Amino acid sequence: MDIEGLAVEIAGARLVEDIALRAESGRFVGLVGPNGSGKSTLLRCVYRALRPAAGSVRLDGDDLHALGAREGARRLAALPQESTSEFDFTAAEVVAMGRLPHQSAAGRVTDQDREICAAALGRVGGAHLADRSFPTLSGGEKQRVLIARALAQQPKVLVLDEPTNHLDIAQQLEVLSLVRDAGLTVLAALHDLNLAATHCDALYVIAGGRIVASGPPDAVLTTELLADVFGVRALRVPHPETGAPHLLFDRLPAS
Amino acid sequence: MAIPEQATVPRTTGGPPPPRRLPVPPLAGALAAALLVSLVCGVGLGAAGVTWGETLRYLRAGLTGGSIAPDEVAAYTIVWELRFPRALLAAVVGAGLSAIGVAVQAMVRNALADPFVLGISSGAAVGANAVLLFGALGSLGVWALSGAAFASALAAMLLVYLAARTPHGLTPLRLVLTGSAMYYGFSAITTLMVFSAERGESARSAMMWLLGSLGGATWSSVPIAAGAVLAGTGYLLWTARGLNALAMGDETAAALGVDADRLRRKLFVVAAAVTGAVVAVSGAIGFVGLMVPHVTRMLVGADHRRVLTVAPLLGAVLLVWVDIVSRLLLAPVELPVGVITALIGVPCFVLLMRRRGYVFGGA
Repeated sequence: MDIEGLAVEIAGARLVEDIALRAESGRFVGLVGPNGSGKSTLLRCVYRALRPAAGSVRLDGDDLHALGAREGARRLAALPQESTSEFDFTAAEVVAMGRLPHQSAAGRVTDQDREICAAALGRVGGAHLADRSFPTLSGGEKQRVLIARALAQQPKVLVLDEPTNHLDIAQQLEVLSLVRDAGLTVLAALHDLNLAATHCDALYVIAGGRIVASGPPDAVLTTELLADVFGVRALRVPHPETGAPHLLFDRLPAS
Repeated sequence: MAIPEQATVPRTTGGPPPPRRLPVPPLAGALAAALLVSLVCGVGLGAAGVTWGETLRYLRAGLTGGSIAPDEVAAYTIVWELRFPRALLAAVVGAGLSAIGVAVQAMVRNALADPFVLGISSGAAVGANAVLLFGALGSLGVWALSGAAFASALAAMLLVYLAARTPHGLTPLRLVLTGSAMYYGFSAITTLMVFSAERGESARSAMMWLLGSLGGATWSSVPIAAGAVLAGTGYLLWTARGLNALAMGDETAAALGVDADRLRRKLFVVAAAVTGAVVAVSGAIGFVGLMVPHVTRMLVGADHRRVLTVAPLLGAVLLVWVDIVSRLLLAPVELPVGVITALIGVPCFVLLMRRRGYVFGGA
């Protein structure tokens, strides 16, 4: 996936600008940045909830916004931040929605559709949730069902907007490893920088609607950048077991 | 991409058992049978005593073109020209309001939404009244009433939509608040129009438009309403998967390849057309469009393919009986339909909600 010169406007205000981002096939790319930096806006444009004001999102060379909506959804699936549907769908029904871009409006649900959905739910360890009411599931279970829905879409690329929000730590780790193991190209906005550093192959840092740094996590998350962009004092310490750099945070000293 | 089976050990959270859902085909079949029986009851029951045997004979005569003895003409007219179209119209109106209620609730993702709450019904009543009282569009005959109701329903919807809209999109809460406010505005306009027309029956006429009545049913009012309801329900069933996606949120819909804005615009027009056609013949009947979709979801779950199969049938049966009760309860005085829908509907609704683990709004 290639994003070039992307700009997005909402109500005349340019919220992100001049975005260049590249996600190689099968890689897990993280997007980090402070609140209001344009993470969600950028992702919303990538999964076609917003149209770009300039630039393009290309998948294998095809302009995503020039493809039909259904064709686009066959190639790229997303977990938007909203997951607050009030409707009493079962988990299986939510997963079945992933087949929507593959079905014609009046077409019947085929056995193949059912198999794909059951396999997707099984793959996230959610087979036992199938008949449960989606709104009553826990946050982690909901995320698993939504990942299954994305898998049922059979996309090449998966976009996630802060998939670990409101989850306890075990659920956070579980969701990220499920996403990692999906074998898809992943672009995810993440809040927790240590989680981002350990799970992502590459990180893009966004601030004020522009990409300000990118590269392998270790190279990107420098103390200078964390002070500049996030306004925190960061200390890099080696993990006692793995030796991987780990970040400890403190407030910046008042200057 | 093939998805291998590779289940990790599930971490269960307990929680309530899965809600019991009724299978749709038998339920729809039972409701269709109930509708037929209800229609016959609707024709047979009334203040003027016509026996069941006579009722069935008149119905057969009307349907097959048989002959009627001269001294039976009065009773035959009651059965064939008054009660039968009225019962049919009740079924059509109930089905239409229920189907549109389902669509509108998915469209704005709000449990409180229905054509009545959003001001669409009362907006349609304004247009229908303009035709009736001031002879606007008079040259169009029966089509004038439905056409004007459709146009003003669409205008009312647009007005609600534009007033509720912000640069950052449309929040369901704003939409419902705006719609409720507009409802009072449109009702006031209707009342003003009725009273300014000075026809002596103003109060009753206003009541009919604001609370609904099927008292004006004739054969000529059936085809347009029935056509609009059938076509509208058919379209909604056809686009049921899109409604599922829309119910999950605009962002999710986009990610699933459904253009939420485009679908919502189409639903706007369909909802206005069906509401207009229904209000033109029955006034603004509340509660059916709000309650029937909820009851249906409690029975069969939220999947719109299931809901849109069952809800129109359920609404049709309900309104046929509501009309029977409204005619008989204080006979020969007819009660507004809206009074009975509330009287029957509220207890049923509360009972069902408490008995089944219904979650709408996470409660």
